[in-house]
Amino acid sequence: MATETAGRPRPKGGVSGLRALMWRVPWLRAVLLLIPPVGWMLLVYIASLVLLLITAFWTIDTFTTQIVQSWNLDNFRIIVSDPTYLRIISRTVGIAAAVTVTDIVLAFPLAYYMARIASRRVQTLLFAAVLLPLWASYLARLYAWILILGHSGLLNWSVQLVGLPPPNIGYTVVAMWIVFSYIWLPFMIIPMYAALERVPESLLEASADLGARWWRTLREVVLPLVVPGIAAGSIFTFSLTLGDYITPILVGGGSSQFIGNVVYGNIGIANNVPFAAALSIVPVAIMAIYLLAAKRLGAFEAL
Amino acid sequence: MEDFWTRLALRIWAVLIMLFLFVPLVVIFLYAFNQSNIESWPISGLSMKWFASTWQDPDVRAALLLSVKTALAATALALVLGSCAAFAIHRTPFFGRDAISFLFVLPLALPGIITGIALRSFFSFNNFDLSIWTIIVGHTTFCIVVVYNNVIARLRRTQGSLVEAAMDLGANGFQTFKDITLPLVSTSLVAGAMLAFALSFDEVIVTTFTSGAQNTLPIWIFGALHNGRRLPEVNVVVSFVILVTIIPVVISARLTGGGASRIQAGR
Repeated sequence: MATETAGRPRPKGGVSGLRALMWRVPWLRAVLLLIPPVGWMLLVYIASLVLLLITAFWTIDTFTTQIVQSWNLDNFRIIVSDPTYLRIISRTVGIAAAVTVTDIVLAFPLAYYMARIASRRVQTLLFAAVLLPLWASYLARLYAWILILGHSGLLNWSVQLVGLPPPNIGYTVVAMWIVFSYIWLPFMIIPMYAALERVPESLLEASADLGARWWRTLREVVLPLVVPGIAAGSIFTFSLTLGDYITPILVGGGSSQFIGNVVYGNIGIANNVPFAAALSIVPVAIMAIYLLAAKRLGAFEAL
Repeated sequence: MEDFWTRLALRIWAVLIMLFLFVPLVVIFLYAFNQSNIESWPISGLSMKWFASTWQDPDVRAALLLSVKTALAATALALVLGSCAAFAIHRTPFFGRDAISFLFVLPLALPGIITGIALRSFFSFNNFDLSIWTIIVGHTTFCIVVVYNNVIARLRRTQGSLVEAAMDLGANGFQTFKDITLPLVSTSLVAGAMLAFALSFDEVIVTTFTSGAQNTLPIWIFGALHNGRRLPEVNVVVSFVILVTIIPVVISARLTGGGASRIQAGR
């Protein structure tokens, strides 16, 4: 375990060749330990991603559905020129953005309450309560909303109870928006809460001493300090919505295809892997841009 | 600072969000006891009959068995690979350390379909048939980070002086590892393993791309929901899955003093 460079005790007793070598070359042990995990990631995962990127520039023979390894930009040309795909991309991005904004609005007052008003005990309790649903099966939480929003579900029933006409929003884009906002909400609350907790009390007192009302302190002192937390949370809400295709299938209804659905469809029935690969690069590119923007807002320090 | 009304409004908001988070989960559990096979609210009466029929269903059993096997294998592999990486990195500062952390987080940070389709095309390019092994490889890939994060967080909090003291007292490398380092990190290993198990047991997106004809439990649920069949059984299975994923997470949070449940641990 001798890895510290300064003041390391020399290994005693019968020192084998390898151990002696590791003592003299401290990073050797690290390298030996890193070979299996890093090798796994490179050989399986990075290799897969690179292959995906390359496949996107190939094409398939329409008669044999075999992959033809000839370099071309046809797949990207189709994506850019076909209004169907552009509509699907903008729908996906639009809903991901709407979900992110919704979660910011829902999460902020709760995170503020947790960080600044709740007692220590309530704070711990709420923190656990926010995390629990995050780990409760994704499909379970999705299914709960199928039951609630469906024709004879809890929502229609309770609205009718008040004497209003049933909203019937099962299997619509609205249902999708609610479900996504629900499922990813904890991902927004946690970093926002962490950011709010770090806001120093003295700054708020100074602001109040200088005559600012609560609302003004919130806007001009608290909010700017919480932006990195919001940006960090939004990476999750945005990215997870962008890459989803299960929710659109199960609650979105007929005309609610996401990028992921087209990708999945091209893998399964059509078996056009090069096109699926090209299309899947779209969310990666969008996320890359998003991450760069988030980095500028300090999101990575807030994670 | 905040006046009485602001505090009150915030408190009410907190209660509403908690209801929003938990009412759907309660609804699921209630439906599991639904007497009727029609999913409508309010449920017609309470009954345990669907538990028995779900347990008898051979498809559910096969899916459960595959899920457990996959999760155990992926957890074991992730445990070895993730702790190797954590031990290598935690005290040796070297070039590319951040890059390696980034490498492990990538499968969770990228949208699930990317990981799924990338692995799928990798397997078919190399002519690997889709089987339980391809599912395990996929799950291991995104589980490594959970173990890695847990162990490295623990290692950063433990003091190097303990290890040095052991060596000063004449312990060799193996003794030091067995008697000092391992007891120090053991709970974080267990916590990481539990989170990895929960993550694998519940995964659906990557699994749909890497499984062949086999159904894991989430794939079975997805299929049943998609076709709208056997919904009473879905209620029971889904309630069971919630418990199976939540219980390990609660235990692991206790073991690490809440540290395991940080958001870096992923979904």
